[in-house]
Amino acid sequence: MQEETVKNMILGEDDDYVVNMGPQHPSTHGVLRFEVSLYGETIRKVVPHCGYIHRGIEKMCERDTYPQIIHLTDRMDYLSAHMNNEAVCLCVEKALGVEIPERVTCIRTILDELNRIASHQLWWCAMGMDMGALTTFFYGLRDRERILDIFEESFGSRLLHSYNTPGGLMHDIHPGFRKRIVDFIRYFRKKLPEYDQLLTDNVIFRERTEGIGVLSLEDAIQYGVTGPSGRASGFSCDIRKIEPYGAYRKVSFHEVLRTEGDTLARYKVRIAEMYESMHILEQLVDQIPEGDYSAKMKAVIRVPAGEFFQRVETARGELGVYIVSDGNKTPYRIKFRTPNFSNLFVISKLAPGHKIADLVAISGSLDLVIPDIDR
Amino acid sequence: MPDAGFPANPQFSEILVPKDRYYDFCRTIKTSPDLFFDYLISLTAVDWNDHFMIVCHITSTRYRHTLVVKTRLEGREELSVKSISDLWKTAEYHEREVFDLFGIRFLNHPDLRRLFLEDDYGYPLRKDFTDETRMIIK
Amino acid sequence: MAQKSTSMGIKIKSMDYGDFKDNETLELLSRSGTSVLLSTIDSIVNWGRANSIWPLTFATSCCGIEMMATGAPRHDFARFGVEVYRATPRQADVIVVAGTIVHKMAPVLKRLYDQMPDPKYVIAMGACTISGGPFYYNSYSVLRGIDQLIPVDVYVPGCPPRPEALLYGIMQLQRKIKAEHPTGSKRETPVKPGENQAFRIDG
Repeated sequence: MQEETVKNMILGEDDDYVVNMGPQHPSTHGVLRFEVSLYGETIRKVVPHCGYIHRGIEKMCERDTYPQIIHLTDRMDYLSAHMNNEAVCLCVEKALGVEIPERVTCIRTILDELNRIASHQLWWCAMGMDMGALTTFFYGLRDRERILDIFEESFGSRLLHSYNTPGGLMHDIHPGFRKRIVDFIRYFRKKLPEYDQLLTDNVIFRERTEGIGVLSLEDAIQYGVTGPSGRASGFSCDIRKIEPYGAYRKVSFHEVLRTEGDTLARYKVRIAEMYESMHILEQLVDQIPEGDYSAKMKAVIRVPAGEFFQRVETARGELGVYIVSDGNKTPYRIKFRTPNFSNLFVISKLAPGHKIADLVAISGSLDLVIPDIDR
Repeated sequence: MPDAGFPANPQFSEILVPKDRYYDFCRTIKTSPDLFFDYLISLTAVDWNDHFMIVCHITSTRYRHTLVVKTRLEGREELSVKSISDLWKTAEYHEREVFDLFGIRFLNHPDLRRLFLEDDYGYPLRKDFTDETRMIIK
Repeated sequence: MAQKSTSMGIKIKSMDYGDFKDNETLELLSRSGTSVLLSTIDSIVNWGRANSIWPLTFATSCCGIEMMATGAPRHDFARFGVEVYRATPRQADVIVVAGTIVHKMAPVLKRLYDQMPDPKYVIAMGACTISGGPFYYNSYSVLRGIDQLIPVDVYVPGCPPRPEALLYGIMQLQRKIKAEHPTGSKRETPVKPGENQAFRIDG
């Protein structure tokens, strides 16, 4: 029975040619398998297969204490590691009813936005590289190293931070933090228009992205596509505006929305978000309040029995953390509603009708990070 | 709905519906113009040893209210509930994940296959799951 | 960087021989099996092979980003000879396994390794590939170390390892290649596949 269902799902018509864009592929941004059914070069059907990096994080979390879970959440969507950590910390702090010092919320938001810029830079590299423009790889990573330098100086690690902990931060920031960020903003404001010059107005890029993979607003809501991919279709889903957390209540920024919903719109939303993030940083970096870097927490954190849910806006969409606790020091059940899980499956709606080269453009514009799908 | 329960939840409004009214309730809250719950945030399951609980977080993009819909499945074998994937497309994949990790079947699901694991593997997120060869327990 | 010739006749460039006191395997290799006194032609061939290792694009998770950062302008590894990434295993010399390998991905990795032509090398990058890493305890699907599947030449620890650590790993691999027989010697598998019961090979 299983085989028949599989056959009906995959093979469309008899003269279709089924091709595997296998788990090891330079453009799938991780281990994702697309089973593509082609007629000539036109795609008839795409079925994504995930699970090649399923590590069982949710089951592992059931035997780990709350501070230990933070280190596992880093590894889900590693490009927005700080936001993943913050989601679990906020959920636990909400459950315990702990009051977080102002300094902590301000620093967390600053690092969030830095992380968002770094993640979008990497996305830009990878998208250009997939389309064949290898120059973008070098430009983006060169600028990203500046942010990673700030991270390394502040807490020792470039990619997987684990700097947040329930109650606050692991340790205080160093005195040169503010200066580094101001220098970075000054540097990057000059470089970001170069990105536009390289890709956005490029004729080949335009041909390959305009009108490709159009996602309607209705579909975006149905499939739960959030983040920049959803906002490019007009779905107003920015958690920073809907349920503000951290210091987002105090800053003013725009939620970047577009209506076309094609690949070019998703691209433009992310570039605009980088400008917005820099604007937020400029507002916050001069006003870090003095205070403690962490609230007073007990040595062993026991969350009271009950259920708690918290959403944050990562670089790719909405991350939801659902903790079911029975009063012990480890959660009874923890569920991560990850943005890439919902963003992935919309490909089977977007890709059919286009050429196989467009599949690469579409999956690049959706900005998928595969370990986030599989957890 | 006379036999629905309202568990106490400080964060969101929560409703516990019986299993056979689950699909109709979900359809009502989606299509009614006053409620207009059109965006399913997440669908998951919790194993409470003698019963399972399916938990859905649903919100409305128009009115910005959130509801938690729960339904209870008794026992541990032969669990099944009607699928809501024709109401919210994203539920199709969340339900596949719940089937993969818990073993709960969803009736009328268009394509109920395992998502992450092999076909003959057990259901790892159940509380009584053990795997001597693959797991090293601390 | 001066050329240093050791008492065993191996010319190893770029690092002082005295710095390698802890490299017992390398000593073992050069003492048994491979030819100790390499002739000029052999050493030229080995020099050519060691300085142009082309890896396969294989990145599973977080370590992949650090591998990309190693190729980025700051820690460029093209200056070590790692010029391009080959997308097909048929044209690659080394597979840098970056990221966790789970049981579903293991047959794919084995197939990729088998498709690479000899002489081929494996760099295990990151804690996950060495021993399972942060997922060693309580995970039901992570392979505890890829040396249960394929023979590994260099282990680069870290979670994720810094780009400089990966560069050091590549340099170690270059040293290993230079001490080898020109067509690649037969390496022993540290753990035979199937020996460690934590991994079940199906079919």
